Amino acid sequence: MAKILMKGNEAVAKAAIEAGCRYFFGYPITPQNEIPEYMAKELPKIGGVFLQAESEVSAINMIYGGAGTGARVMTSSSSPGIALKQEGITYIAGAELPCVIVNMMRGGPGLGGIQPSQADYFMSTRGGGNGDYRTPVFAPASIQEAVDMTMEAFDVADYYRTPVMVVADGMIGQMMEPVEFKTPKKRELPAKDWATTGTKGERKPNIINSLFLDPQELEDHNIKLDAKYAQIEKNEVQYEMYKAEDAELVFVAYGTTSRIVKNVVEELRAEGVKAGLIRPKTIWPFPFKAFDEIPAAKNLLTVEMSMGQMIEDVKMASNGRWPVSFYGRVGGMIPTPQGIKGKALEVIGGAK
Amino acid sequence: MAVVFKKTQGLTDAQTHYCPGCTHGIIHRITAEVLEELGVLGDTIGVAPVGCAVLAYNYFNCDMHEAAHGRAPAVATGVKRIFPDKVVFTYQGDGDLASIGAAEIVHAAARGEKITTIFVNNAIYGMTGGQMAPTTLPGQKATTSPYGRDVDHCGYPIRVSEMLSTLTGAAFVERVAVNNPANVRKAKAAIKKAFQAQIEGKGFGIVEVLSTCPTNWGLHPLDSLKWLEENMMPYYPLGNFRDPAKEEEGK
Ligand SMILES: Cc1ncc(C[n+]2csc(CCOP(=O)(O)OP(=O)(O)O)c2C)c(N)n1
Ligand code: SF4
Repeated sequence: MAKILMKGNEAVAKAAIEAGCRYFFGYPITPQNEIPEYMAKELPKIGGVFLQAESEVSAINMIYGGAGTGARVMTSSSSPGIALKQEGITYIAGAELPCVIVNMMRGGPGLGGIQPSQADYFMSTRGGGNGDYRTPVFAPASIQEAVDMTMEAFDVADYYRTPVMVVADGMIGQMMEPVEFKTPKKRELPAKDWATTGTKGERKPNIINSLFLDPQELEDHNIKLDAKYAQIEKNEVQYEMYKAEDAELVFVAYGTTSRIVKNVVEELRAEGVKAGLIRPKTIWPFPFKAFDEIPAAKNLLTVEMSMGQMIEDVKMASNGRWPVSFYGRVGGMIPTPQGIKGKALEVIGGAK
Repeated sequence: MAVVFKKTQGLTDAQTHYCPGCTHGIIHRITAEVLEELGVLGDTIGVAPVGCAVLAYNYFNCDMHEAAHGRAPAVATGVKRIFPDKVVFTYQGDGDLASIGAAEIVHAAARGEKITTIFVNNAIYGMTGGQMAPTTLPGQKATTSPYGRDVDHCGYPIRVSEMLSTLTGAAFVERVAVNNPANVRKAKAAIKKAFQAQIEGKGFGIVEVLSTCPTNWGLHPLDSLKWLEENMMPYYPLGNFRDPAKEEEGK
């Protein structure tokens, strides 16, 4: 298929449809409105349904009901809206239902702003809602990747029976790039015999539920979920090593920020500084093992559009092996190559 | 010997957890009977609430989906939009529906969502131990209105049926009670009509059932029925507020 020029949000919506999503429930919030708008226009044409809910709380609960039927369902929002969706996400995780949730992050806390941000790292990777659960989180750095990851997200969701998040920032949602819609490599997916499709009088009722009043049953359920998360950590980590193998200064950055960092790596290399980048493509599971592949490293520098959230995972990955520094801009301020480079030179002591 | 009464296929054999004398059980039974009589059990997906009916998913003999507190109408919407030909219902208490889930029920009704809601109004939060509900009557004591509900302080009870019947999308709205056999029969007839309105694609249907909570009202089950008649019925008058059959006749 030829490449077409598309806006990030629309490309994500189209990718979902290509992946078989036919039901979308959402609520408007900047900077992701082109996703529901695209769905509203396209889904009715192919026998699907777009419905605008009265709130994010309602939208995610429609997803909860929809996912229960076994259909491929998706919702999208931006930071304050995702905060509201956390209620439903924990229920969906608890009831082990598959669905895809897209977050085009904007600055916070509170109403914050409408410019790009990466300040929902904690909310995305730490569970977000109540209880012991995790959600796989894809973090695309380009529109092509947003497309590929959205498609893959549906398979991961179905395979593990879990909500999956695609977390980008408003920049990826709003910019345009050429993209190709490739058929994703298919996984063997389990049958959805747990779905509420009506018994037809032919089987016992299916119950979708996250309530376990017996403490032993709930502990067993948590242990079962934990085993699933361990499988995901083992099998679903994705990351990119960019000139990191011989790097002495290793940046860690994801999403839009990683693109800026790549330019800084080039600049520093041109000046004789051995710089490189570890780019998590999944932020949960976090690519801890990537840090075993940087034998020459002397310093780690985390760059984020937040006040420092992923740095906690980077410190864990470092586990005392290297000093870990941080550079971040927030509020919709995009880190500049100059700013990042200045911090990099400070970290390595101004010297080469 | 002729069988005059038998347990409905609409309920499983699970023993319910409801307190002795609580009318939740009657409401379960008549709802289940209606589903059986309409022959739709195999095509029904029910949504259970948070509240005393939280375990309803173990009792109804059809596919069931448990929802977060108040969100049953949204969950039911997700199911119904994917399966427009299935019968989808929610079973909700007054705290669930009229407090935390007020937005969800209003908008499901406003959209004319083709679902049926069984709304159990017992004027109190049963499950959590008798706190004030949005339906608690003026002067009524509850653990969080220990001096009696003071309307100057916390406002007036919500008459849900009256409120929802102002919405065009609400096709069937009726308030019933299960305080005596005659009213139980009327309640069952209303529930049947509400499901029929859904099956015929008429729009949203809700049956508000005045119910008792002997445990948290601190009354004997029989005195509870009397209290319901003397206190709830005057504030929440029984009757039909919207019926597509009636409205067509009237045209
Ligand atoms: C988000 C959330 N808040 C609070 C609760 C606690 N809670 C459980 S049941 C209930 C009240 C239910 O009352 P009602 O809907 O009137 O049903 P009843 O128990 O009277 O049948 C509350 C507040 C909860 N489960 N979830
Ligand atoms: S607490 Fe009240 S509403 Fe709940 S089961 Fe007991 S009597 Fe019924």
